[in-house]
Amino acid sequence: MLNIFQYSFALRGLEAGLLIALIAPLIGIFLVLRRYALIADTLSHVSLAGVALGLIAGVNPLITALAASTAAAIAIERLRLTKRIYGETALSLFLSGSLAIAIVLIGLAHGFNTDLFSYLFGSIVTVKQSDLVIIGLLSLLILAAIPAFYKELVYITFDEEAARVSGLPTKFINTLFIIIASITVALAIPVVGVLLISALIVIPVATALQLKKNFWQTILCAQGISVLSVLLGIIISFYQDLSPGGMIVLIMLVIFISVFLITHDNFHHAR
Amino acid sequence: MLADHSKNIIEIQGVSFGYTGNELALKDINLNVHAGDYLGIIGPNGGGKTTLLKIMLGLLSPTAGSVRLFGQPIEKFSQWTRVGYVPQKAVQFDAAFPATVEEVAAMGRAARRGLLRRLNKTDREKITNALAQVGLVAERGRLIGDLSGGQQQRVFIARALAGDPEIIFLDEPTAGVDVKAQEQFYALLKKLNQTLGLTLILVSHDIDVVANEATELACINQELVYHGAPHAFIKGDYLNRLYGKETKFILHNH
Repeated sequence: MLNIFQYSFALRGLEAGLLIALIAPLIGIFLVLRRYALIADTLSHVSLAGVALGLIAGVNPLITALAASTAAAIAIERLRLTKRIYGETALSLFLSGSLAIAIVLIGLAHGFNTDLFSYLFGSIVTVKQSDLVIIGLLSLLILAAIPAFYKELVYITFDEEAARVSGLPTKFINTLFIIIASITVALAIPVVGVLLISALIVIPVATALQLKKNFWQTILCAQGISVLSVLLGIIISFYQDLSPGGMIVLIMLVIFISVFLITHDNFHHAR
Repeated sequence: MLADHSKNIIEIQGVSFGYTGNELALKDINLNVHAGDYLGIIGPNGGGKTTLLKIMLGLLSPTAGSVRLFGQPIEKFSQWTRVGYVPQKAVQFDAAFPATVEEVAAMGRAARRGLLRRLNKTDREKITNALAQVGLVAERGRLIGDLSGGQQQRVFIARALAGDPEIIFLDEPTAGVDVKAQEQFYALLKKLNQTLGLTLILVSHDIDVVANEATELACINQELVYHGAPHAFIKGDYLNRLYGKETKFILHNH
């Protein structure tokens, strides 16, 4: 039988996957509670345009994806602050706009062989050593940054206006957070692909919220669910030759449905 | 710490507010709030009382006039830790939010502690004291969404108190809270005002409550219709002018 740990590409995929599994819920909890989870979808499509740009220019697509995602996140936040355009409208402008750019770029290059498909749906095979270094460094940065601004993020997420009146620098924290979120989305592309990133950010958090824990316990539960799903998803897909991105999201969904049914059941008995 | 009632905490001078092209929501408001005051701001819906509150908090900029908070122009004001704010509960609050009573109260210490610093033992003591003031120490580990409406509102008071403010602004704090919990809530506010000397600014549509609880009353309907002691307001003809002849008024003894 094959041993996953003897294949360096599989190990790299697993390491990258576990790092993403740890940071995605850290971002997800704040996005979900602010009803802003859709931005993950938008930024992932922007990242796709970045990937296409990178492939054409011959630059590491992860780097161009990071640049595109971060630039778009800052632009969206500015647009939102002007209040001249609805938040969702800004998201959908950027989503369709960047998808259009991606398609045109792909057409210009007369298609990119199989690479593009792996960026759409994720493939651990595409995680190169240089990617793993980038993912590792930026993940560590995010794992440090969120706890560092934890108390401000929690207050702003709970009640932005009261947080502002209390004297917190809400603009600064919001911008910082949106940049962190955009980095997370771009980093997740090699693992789950453009189309499945928001699942990674949203589903573990949505599951953990059903458990009705306090704030940091909710984050830890979401991370636990996320790590378990990524681990199982990559291992199963390796041995069964399936799509890891799809497998990870399916496992997350199974956990979500189970937890939802169990907690719902308790709720009925408690009455 | 009893307040020096001669000290101006808020000075509002000639404040008007309107969105371009629309009628003014506020017209030439002049109002001072002294240390230790318990000011109730009442007025009909759409009369501009919440707008005035937001201007006092710097959340909206007036079209004309000026606001000074603790002697500083509001647009340059930086001592926000001296200010507590209890927002409209029904609008602001997500009952499914995964935070305990203690976590919500702890938010009140965030700005005091400052960026990149974790809450320490002093903060924990302040949080516990604040919860004790509102009688919720035993509930500290419960999720805020699991509490009654009245208890939730007391958590928001605790959050404001945890930051050691000198003044607390409350925007329709008892909307959607049952009558008995409202009574407890106003007893708590009175205690904060009288024993701690906290300055309170309470925006409410409930004239009954405000006239009986507050020491000062401001009635806003685009203009400042009345400012002074609650009893004179009731004896005057203001209510009829504002709300029509049918308004009945119950005055408690005190």
